[in-house]
Amino acid sequence: MIHFNAAITLGAFQLDAAFEGDAGVVALFGRSGAGKSVTIALIAGLLRPDRGAIAVDGRVLVDTEKRIFVPKHMRQIGVVYQDARLFPHLTVRQNLLFGRWFAGKAEQAVDFTAVVETLGIGHLLSRRPGRLSGGERQRVAIGRALLSSPRLLLMDEPLAALDDERKREVLSLIERLRDAFKVPIVYVSHAVDEVARLAARVVVMDGGRVVAVGPVDEVFGPSQVHAGEVRFGRSSVLTGRIAGMRAGYGLTEIEHPSGAIWLAGPAGPVGREVRVVVRATDVTLATRKPQDISVRTILTGTVGGIEKDDGPLVAVTVDLKDHGHLVAMTTRMAADELALKPGDPVFALIKTVALDERSITS
Amino acid sequence: MFDISPTEWTAIELSLRVATVATLVATPIGIGVAWLLARRDFWGKSLIDALIYLPLVLPPVVTGYLLLLTFGRRGLVGAWLADHLGIVFAFRWTGAALACGVMGFPLMVRPIRLSIESIDRRLEDAAGTLGANGPWIFALVTLPLAVPGLVVGSILCFAKALGEFGATITFVSNIPGETQTISAAIYTYTQVPGGDASAWRLTAVAIVIALGALVASELVQRKASRRLAQFE
Repeated sequence: MIHFNAAITLGAFQLDAAFEGDAGVVALFGRSGAGKSVTIALIAGLLRPDRGAIAVDGRVLVDTEKRIFVPKHMRQIGVVYQDARLFPHLTVRQNLLFGRWFAGKAEQAVDFTAVVETLGIGHLLSRRPGRLSGGERQRVAIGRALLSSPRLLLMDEPLAALDDERKREVLSLIERLRDAFKVPIVYVSHAVDEVARLAARVVVMDGGRVVAVGPVDEVFGPSQVHAGEVRFGRSSVLTGRIAGMRAGYGLTEIEHPSGAIWLAGPAGPVGREVRVVVRATDVTLATRKPQDISVRTILTGTVGGIEKDDGPLVAVTVDLKDHGHLVAMTTRMAADELALKPGDPVFALIKTVALDERSITS
Repeated sequence: MFDISPTEWTAIELSLRVATVATLVATPIGIGVAWLLARRDFWGKSLIDALIYLPLVLPPVVTGYLLLLTFGRRGLVGAWLADHLGIVFAFRWTGAALACGVMGFPLMVRPIRLSIESIDRRLEDAAGTLGANGPWIFALVTLPLAVPGLVVGSILCFAKALGEFGATITFVSNIPGETQTISAAIYTYTQVPGGDASAWRLTAVAIVIALGALVASELVQRKASRRLAQFE
């Protein structure tokens, strides 16, 4: 669907990256300054690469060797920015119809009413962007990009400027759009939970280069993803299947080869495959299986690796039985007293209260 | 006291016509030049910039004399225009409009330029990725967002054109009914015995028009900034 291989030098910053993406959502992940936004600008045609080729949907947009450069207004690529960038002098309706008008009659594949309804912005149509809240603005921006009937939707940290509640709201909307309108999306973010929830495939960038590419649970398990990540922000993604619901207790059981994962609240129908995001700080390690303990989720595995320095904290990667990895944040003192070393069998405990439906994605 | 004579009416009418035509013709040129100065880098940009502001700092008489040399009947441009297009500026009201337009031009370009420079270029990028090419971006995004500067610029240019005296009188003289604007008429009345009443009446009219223009510009500016203030 997207083929990207380009290099550009902007002042002191150098980008030289290559990746492929298929249908669905591809996430560009990495800290700020990793080159994600530059990559987006290159795909959108806002920047011209020094060398390389970019193709979307089989159509070559840039090829420096063949001297091809399709200008931005002819690329049919929708962009959603962090700061919405709605036209202040136009109403919400005029903003939404801006790209649609240029797309021409033949290209108007996306239905206006369907988009407005899905995004829940029908009551805002006659207002101006200045009178909208952050979440409303972002929804209009998404609608505007979608209504230009793009071949590819670029989302550059679309949730970064929103508070947690709006984030959740817009995130589930993006999820619905992904499923309803079948537009391939390149999603830029530095938040693991967003990426895990939306994307099937992750491209991890650092210092202008691609450092890892692959399915979400593979990329976020092993210790390769710590480039620039804040310790406390580290998370792992586990893929499991919903086994059942303990209705009397309001708990959902998720089947995973290494053990049952318990989750507070409902998570969907039995048999559905889900991904659970687990923060490294919510994981406790034990070398023997604990008895008489309130923690419900106890996964078995072996120690994969320990990242240790002179600081008080260490990150332990647990290779879970049969499938997946889990990162646990613990103290160096505990790791030393338990004498953890790679290959040791270990039990990973996750408090059920740390997980709820927000942690889960389908 | 307020019994305005036909000669005075002619001067008022001529002044309004000269200022209106000068402003209308200068506006599209002003927008183009302001856009070039705000958005493009080219060789000789600072020279163009200086040239535009020159009438603001030169003695108006010098500007008028230069116009006479260039656009007079024997001037380089003036002769060509008269021979090929039949356009004559010398000692006509059109010449007064030209002089006024040149004098008002820097006052028009500056606010438009500032307005364009203050527009978030990322909005223009957004319009581009939505399918708009350069001219459409200008028409649908840049120009509408530059309206506050455009209004202020036009009103300043109009006001300057109404009050212009030195360049106009040097270039096209002071011919009643053809080139005698309010300012020139007031000057004439102060030079003749018994002209005080006429000079007073025209002075009052000039004050009313100038105040009107200022109030109008203030209102439009306030409305536009209120609309744009809604956008962070």
